[in-house]
Amino acid sequence: MSALMRASGLQLHFGKVAALDDVALEIHPGEVVAIVGESGSGKTTLLRVLAGMMAPQQGRVLYDGQDVHAMGEAARRGLMRSDWGFVHQNPRDGLRLRVSAGGNVGERLMAAGARHYGNIRAEATEWLKRVEIDPARIDDMPQTFSGGMQQRLQIARTLVTRPRLVFMDEPTGGLDVSVQARLLDLIRALVAELGLAVLIVTHDIAAARLLAHRMLVMRHGQVVEQGLTDRVLDDPQHPYTQLLVSSVLAA
Amino acid sequence: MTEAGYNFGYLDENTKRMIRRALLQAVALPGYQVPFGSREMPLPYGWGTGGIQVTASIIGADDTLKVIDQGADDTTNAVSIRRFFNRVTGVATTDRTAEATIIQTRHRVPEMTLREGQVLVYQVPMPEPLFRLEPRVAETKRMHALADYGLMHVKLYEDIARHGAVTTSYNYPVLVNRRYLMSPSPIPAFDNPKLDRMPALQLFGAGREKRIYAVPPYTEVKSLDFEDHPFKPARADAACVICGSRASYLDELIVDDGGKRHFVCSDTDYCASRPPLQEAAE
Repeated sequence: MSALMRASGLQLHFGKVAALDDVALEIHPGEVVAIVGESGSGKTTLLRVLAGMMAPQQGRVLYDGQDVHAMGEAARRGLMRSDWGFVHQNPRDGLRLRVSAGGNVGERLMAAGARHYGNIRAEATEWLKRVEIDPARIDDMPQTFSGGMQQRLQIARTLVTRPRLVFMDEPTGGLDVSVQARLLDLIRALVAELGLAVLIVTHDIAAARLLAHRMLVMRHGQVVEQGLTDRVLDDPQHPYTQLLVSSVLAA
Repeated sequence: MTEAGYNFGYLDENTKRMIRRALLQAVALPGYQVPFGSREMPLPYGWGTGGIQVTASIIGADDTLKVIDQGADDTTNAVSIRRFFNRVTGVATTDRTAEATIIQTRHRVPEMTLREGQVLVYQVPMPEPLFRLEPRVAETKRMHALADYGLMHVKLYEDIARHGAVTTSYNYPVLVNRRYLMSPSPIPAFDNPKLDRMPALQLFGAGREKRIYAVPPYTEVKSLDFEDHPFKPARADAACVICGSRASYLDELIVDDGGKRHFVCSDTDYCASRPPLQEAAE
């Protein structure tokens, strides 16, 4: 099976700080890859570079054989609207707060050319149900939703066009643990059902273990260790990974 | 006849040339907003400075000018702009749509079908159709460049979800030549169908925002809608009390303290050209 996305030799320095130092990565269709590491290790920068939101100083990102940073902005936006999805840490960055829940879910459909109100609304209702939001709230503003609901709405809005690859930046950040657990459950079910490839950035090792097939550990802009999630977490090789795994609090 | 000390059409020749270049680009790219160096005009923004600069750049000595404000020839804005051009060019002015070669308009399209060779100049307060939805100008430009107009449909979706129908009754967004999203200026949605494949040239000038755009003759202009909620131009369900028309766009007048209402044609020339109600068969 060929890789959906393949990145190699990525370099990006902010002044003297190396945010990305010779990072390479492959994601295969249907695979969930977690990037873990402490704050400032370059996780989010890597995500932004892979998603074409930021250009690397060196290296290439290939999606389906196409260079993400060499293609035009129109093509990249096209990908962002159809093949890709991006779930932000703060749902306020990913939602339109002055647009109803239904409009938020429908936006990508309309951007992709859907012009039948009834169908868009039916699809939005269906997606609200799938992310466990009461369809009766379809015309409510996201501002009136709780943090967990907003995050679920953002996921519905991203997945409605059935992307092949979804980038998630700390999707469970800022939520309390019971809400986190429900959200993780939901993401896991949707990912399996839709066969999505997901690249998830998190500092939550437990969330990574629950969701990810494979895991990359980053530190100072370098990938210090990678492998199957259970292998990395149960038998960490790199001293930093060992530290990271031993730092997880058990309730 | 013309005011001494002023160039023909008030603007100097270099300015007119600059505006004509912008107009040529606008005609070549139907619906695309061309930036231009808008000048200070001897009247405030919001009074038609964009339209006046466009008219001043295209008007010639043998043109006949008509100016309307909300369809009427006799309102302050129309009268003062007509007098202005009469003083700085000396060209003939008219109230008759059929006789005019240039019609400058604020917020209406004449009821009479325009013909080839006529030019309709719109005064535009806000040329950007996306501005209420996307506050960043750089972002709206990118959206136009990439024809990324899903957001406009989100607005229509919201209208239908909240009110059961699209509630935009004026300045209703249109797609020109299947490419650029365009604000038709605050004309009633009722007038939108007239823009589609109009034989006359349509020029739009926004003075404060410094933008010019155009729709060449016989260009497709489509009002945005949904397949199951097609575009419906709204019109008051009444007849004009003067001419009895049931086809023209109507203004609503409150005529006494009891709230009695009358409807009259907004297009005064159209109304005057029809037989008064006593003789009318309608």
